[in-house]
Amino acid sequence: MNWVTTFFSTSVGKKILMSITGMSFIGFLVVHLIGNLTIYGGKDYFDSYVDHLHSLGPVLHVFEIGLLTFALIHVLTGAVLTFQNFLSRPVRYQMNRNAGGRTLGSATMPYTGAILLIFLVFHVLHFHFADHTVKTTFEIVTGYFVNPFYAGAYVCVMIVAAFHVSHGFWSAFQTLGINHGKYTPMLKILSLLFACIVAAGFGFLPIYFNMFI
Amino acid sequence: MSTGDGMEKKINLTLKVWRQKGPDKKGKIETYRAEDISTDMSFLEMIDVVNEKLVLEGGDPISFDHDCREGICGMCGAVVNGRAHGPSKGTTLCQLHMRHFSDGDTVVIEPFRSRAFKLVKDLVVDRSAFDKIIQAGGYVSVNTGGVPDANAIPIPQEKADLAMDAAQCIGCGACVASCPNASAMLFVSAKVSQLALLPQGRAEAPTRVINMVKEMDNQLFGNCSNERECEAECPKSISIVNIARLNREFIKAGLLSNEK
Ligand code: SF4
Ligand code: FES
Repeated sequence: MNWVTTFFSTSVGKKILMSITGMSFIGFLVVHLIGNLTIYGGKDYFDSYVDHLHSLGPVLHVFEIGLLTFALIHVLTGAVLTFQNFLSRPVRYQMNRNAGGRTLGSATMPYTGAILLIFLVFHVLHFHFADHTVKTTFEIVTGYFVNPFYAGAYVCVMIVAAFHVSHGFWSAFQTLGINHGKYTPMLKILSLLFACIVAAGFGFLPIYFNMFI
Repeated sequence: MSTGDGMEKKINLTLKVWRQKGPDKKGKIETYRAEDISTDMSFLEMIDVVNEKLVLEGGDPISFDHDCREGICGMCGAVVNGRAHGPSKGTTLCQLHMRHFSDGDTVVIEPFRSRAFKLVKDLVVDRSAFDKIIQAGGYVSVNTGGVPDANAIPIPQEKADLAMDAAQCIGCGACVASCPNASAMLFVSAKVSQLALLPQGRAEAPTRVINMVKEMDNQLFGNCSNERECEAECPKSISIVNIARLNREFIKAGLLSNEK
């Protein structure tokens, strides 16, 4: 084995993979959210944003392939880590109490991750592979959002995503060795803040469509 | 020790203890009465009392590990009511006193659970996986010869303090026991930090961190997911800042040294 595979096959190496890919998803979420906010500008504004995005052409495809690769790494590595962790304590405790370290976000990472994965499959099918010739993206989006089932599911999944990033955000820094009394408390606050931004920023969209349009 | 009002109190408890005759035997929770327990006693002394009665009745005493009973050796440890070393923060089991319990309490006592710590008997687990990790790099190689002068190498106080904080780890294994993933990262990070922070340990830092992490994986400990249960349970309050340092050392060693 060469040094790269040796490095990334260790427990710490695998965590570094989770951290780097996770951090890029956080970056992606920020960009995605900013883009989504154009919806509030109305149909034309949003559709022109989509057109601008698509006019990037090959650059966009490179990003898409990059995201897909990172997603595969994140999901597969996460699955391996979860499976190994599951095996690491064959006999469980009869009584188990938290000492105060765990949070709802940290304790549910594999589950929230799995829900997000299922959501992403549908999300990509619904929007990326939709037939954009008959309807504009705005019409596709509103089509789903006026359906109470889709709207409700979307809001729930955004809350799930918020829990996932509430742990993932600061945890990604810790894994890269970025932890210091000077700024870690701030990173933890940022984690929660970002989680709220994700839940509110994305989660409010269907509510907006159902209540105000 | 006094109860505060100068009066020794006596309490009665119900113990639910994991009993298992040997590594491959089937174990189960057994119930015992712990009667007339002085609140001045330590948790281990309380088990001593129960064991004396068990022996007098011709039973098999509960096996548990202990040595110094002063909170410095790292031998003792069990999960008490779901908490490694019991409910008090920064305390080993031998330093946990019965005044933290009330009359009539039920106390569940289980061994440290991890695939890497094989159960020997009752509450005794084999923690030699930690020794293997230390053997993989938790040392500074010193050639024989004259004893070096103390203070010959100046070390900034701040660094010395950080190294001392990490060096407080007594290798008890509570971090593994309390980690939802049974990861040994806090222990390994304390050892890596203690040596990496000092000039004497710096020279071998890249080899050390890589070899110790590999051995940790080899011993089948779980993967750290930054749950922070370890630092909350560690009797020496070792901080996960050390885990971040281990991660940094690991990245540095992987990218900037010839080690693989
Ligand atoms: S880090 Fe703390 S809990 Fe873990 S072995 Fe050392 S002293 Fe025990
Ligand atoms: S017996 Fe030595 S630390 Fe508890």
